[in-house]
Amino acid sequence: MIELFLVPAALFALMPVGLVSARFGKGATPYAACFLVCAAAAIAALPALAAPPRLLALPLGLGMSLRIDALAAYFLIVVNLGGAAASLYAIGYGAHEEEPGRILPFYPAFLGAMNLVVMADDAYTFLLGWEAMSLASWALVIAHHREAANLRAGFIYLVMASFGTLCLLIAFGLLAQPAGIGFAAIGANRPEGAVAAVVLVLVLIGAGSKAGLAPLHVWLPLAHPAAPSHVSALMSGVMTKVALYGLIRITFDLLGPPAWWWAMPFLIVGGLTAVLGVLHALMERDLKRLLAYSTIENIGIIALCLGLALAFRANAMPSAAALALTAALFHALNHMLFKSVLFFGAGAILGATGLRDIERLGGLIHRMPVSSALFLLAATAISALPPLNGFVSEWLAFQAIFLSPTLPQWGLKIAIPAVGTLLALAAALVAGCFVRAFGIIYLGRARGPEAAEATETDRFSLTAMAILAALCLAAGLLPGLVIDAIAPVTQMLVAGRMPAQAHTAWLTILPAPGASSSYNGLMIGLFVVFVTLATAKAIHLLAGRRTRRSRPWDCGYPNLGPQTQYTGQSLSQPIRRVFASVVLRSGEKVDMPDPGTLRPSVITRRIHDPAWDAIFAPVEAAVNAAAALLNRFQFLTIRRYLGLVFGLLVVLLAVVGLSP
Amino acid sequence: MIADLALQGAQMAIVLLLAPALTGFVRKVKAHLLRRRGPPILQPYRDLRRLLAKEAIVADTASWLFRASPYVVFAATWVAAALVPTYATGLVFSWSGDLIAIAALLGLARFAQTLAGLDVGTAFGGIGTSRELLFAALAEPAMIMIAFTVALVAGSTQLSTIANVMLAQHVGLRVSLAMALIALIIVALAENARIPVDNPATHLELTMVHEAMVLEYSGRHLAMIDLAASLKLLLYASLLACLFSPLGLAPPGAPPAAYAIGLGTYLVKLFGAGAMLGFFEISIAKMRVFRVPNFLGIALMLGFLGTLLLFVSRSL
Repeated sequence: MIELFLVPAALFALMPVGLVSARFGKGATPYAACFLVCAAAAIAALPALAAPPRLLALPLGLGMSLRIDALAAYFLIVVNLGGAAASLYAIGYGAHEEEPGRILPFYPAFLGAMNLVVMADDAYTFLLGWEAMSLASWALVIAHHREAANLRAGFIYLVMASFGTLCLLIAFGLLAQPAGIGFAAIGANRPEGAVAAVVLVLVLIGAGSKAGLAPLHVWLPLAHPAAPSHVSALMSGVMTKVALYGLIRITFDLLGPPAWWWAMPFLIVGGLTAVLGVLHALMERDLKRLLAYSTIENIGIIALCLGLALAFRANAMPSAAALALTAALFHALNHMLFKSVLFFGAGAILGATGLRDIERLGGLIHRMPVSSALFLLAATAISALPPLNGFVSEWLAFQAIFLSPTLPQWGLKIAIPAVGTLLALAAALVAGCFVRAFGIIYLGRARGPEAAEATETDRFSLTAMAILAALCLAAGLLPGLVIDAIAPVTQMLVAGRMPAQAHTAWLTILPAPGASSSYNGLMIGLFVVFVTLATAKAIHLLAGRRTRRSRPWDCGYPNLGPQTQYTGQSLSQPIRRVFASVVLRSGEKVDMPDPGTLRPSVITRRIHDPAWDAIFAPVEAAVNAAAALLNRFQFLTIRRYLGLVFGLLVVLLAVVGLSP
Repeated sequence: MIADLALQGAQMAIVLLLAPALTGFVRKVKAHLLRRRGPPILQPYRDLRRLLAKEAIVADTASWLFRASPYVVFAATWVAAALVPTYATGLVFSWSGDLIAIAALLGLARFAQTLAGLDVGTAFGGIGTSRELLFAALAEPAMIMIAFTVALVAGSTQLSTIANVMLAQHVGLRVSLAMALIALIIVALAENARIPVDNPATHLELTMVHEAMVLEYSGRHLAMIDLAASLKLLLYASLLACLFSPLGLAPPGAPPAAYAIGLGTYLVKLFGAGAMLGFFEISIAKMRVFRVPNFLGIALMLGFLGTLLLFVSRSL
């Protein structure tokens, strides 16, 4: 048992170790140390879930205080489990790194800062940790700084992160009390009315942009993939959860009792984010960007569940609020598990082939058998298919929607069915997205020489993937255990809990007390596996196992080579035509040469992100226009500069003289 | 307990044994309506036996997934079919999955099937997978919205409970349920690759969806896929019967005679649905692929409207 409060300090202390280690090798030592610290912290946080809150005020007049309550403990588990897996993975994956000195010092700092945010008990510590987290991850994003795209991603990320912190700073300024900026002081005197509304909007912008909520998501698919793969996994799987922690801590714990309309921005933004994210992911051909867009989709689902929880809480329905909040927290854990595996798989492919473009891969299931199987498991889980964990959290979300017709407000009555449709649409599209991702990368025939000569990744990477994949399976088969572990958190935040699941017959999960709906992951899982194996056995006994290998049939066409396979773009073309032509204004232009000319024909397709077009492009244009205007002042003569200074002096004196 | 397990086992056996007969029956009805004699109703069983007797030919570019996937598809579909009440409600495993879980199990089957379509790396596998994904992107959310509608009327997503509510209380004629019924029929047509969405009898390459996806399969693997397809047709027929005409379903703990009545009415409902499907299929032409999203979009919108109506008033 280690002292949890020491975890951030221990991780920050690993920074110099990383710096030294980078001079002598690829940094297996600091990664191993990070792994040990995070693994120990994740285990130590488990009993803290049900324990009473513990406080610690830092000495030396630092003015910082830490607290571990049920909510913090739950997110400490998520953060440190993801951190431990990423560190284990990095012991092997770090060998691919050209300049480890650009990663190793910042990596432990990134982990430490995320721990600090979750443990913070006052606004100062929270913002300090938040900014440290942003800066450390920014340094990691531009680790491969020789590529212009990464620098641009880093710049956009830095601007967005600073803007988000600014919003949080103002929010905490509004929350601050005469008694101080400690969370206890704020919680004792919760703001209501207009102040609460402004804080809510600021937090949605500040923490929501970090989590990747639309329309402030545009930095995320640029920045997450630019970092090395283990850091991408941390940013997508863990840092977005820290952002959600901030969102939950402030809206559920620090703000006053919610009004029903607080739920509306969460529901609408969440639903739109989910569909927008998955549509982008379906169109994407860069594997890591695809995964980043899928992160946006999952954050949308979680935000939607949080909105439901707020709506139920505002209407004094604690058990329904607990159900929706459990769905959100369960999905946060699930997303950390499977998204990390998927990014680790993407890193394994990147290490083996040097490619992120799915259109040049193919047939890797033959070359990378173990990592492909683990990637498949994670892809099945993220597609919300039984008996894995993604389905459980989605099932809980649907059950929460199912309880919502009793909400009295008309706004919610109209919004929730619409948002439910968006959730169902996103869930269906995700399965297609990951059939496409897995099918194009791992199945079929190799589309290029790199894919044809790929080799399986190292054992550390495979172990890290296997551990998280096993947890995906465990959480899917025994969801009752996770739900019971979340119960203290919902008890603390919405004063309600889902029925205790550990003792129900056959470990069936029940969404609400007295509900007649139920789901049993263990039973469904065992049933499907047993029937699959028994059928295979029976067929082999009955019909024999005679198998002949032959050339593909393909309706009698001669075998035309790997270029005739469907590509990722062609596979999602029907969906692009039906959905994305409306939402993303996608289109394609075919440039067909005249008969007789030898020029190749070219097809170009375009995708517009509505958020970029509507918000970022105008802001960028305005900033550029202002810069162009101010640029004139750079090239004046000395006389004009002196004239300007004199003029300014006159104006200031006039102001001083005229003011009373 | 033994009796409970026997009833559940009987349900699993009944769906498995009846599924090819339903497929054969639909073919027979269509043939008769076209004034042909048609193959006997038992022909699908013979086809299965013939396929099982043949050796399986596997493309040399295929991986383990290609060979495992038919069994996964079959198992997921069979488990889903076993969760839909056919002749009795409240079977012993019925609480382990609700309507959403059934839809997701069918999603699992589709996941395995579409991946297998991409595994060999041929153009036809890709075209089938691509179109299947498009249809699924609309049919699956429509199914969830239908589940919402019926669940809001009945107060549960558990099929046994829904069937009992529809049976016991006077639910009456409701706008929302009518919408759900139409939507479910559309989804059932699309999911089972029937006309007007797909044509189970086609062998013109560019019009195929399901058949293109499973083009590389042969022997025992193809037998598993065909059986799973028959099971899926039976599942949707049972689902329609159980939700919208639950008459005759035996409640838990009923005397043996009730089970016999339940089985009898189930057979009538099943083959009635088969006859209607056959009649519908000969009276309509297949759609262009890009017309299908509009058709399925109707189902999604009806499901959404049904849910919305129930949010507005529980009595609509």
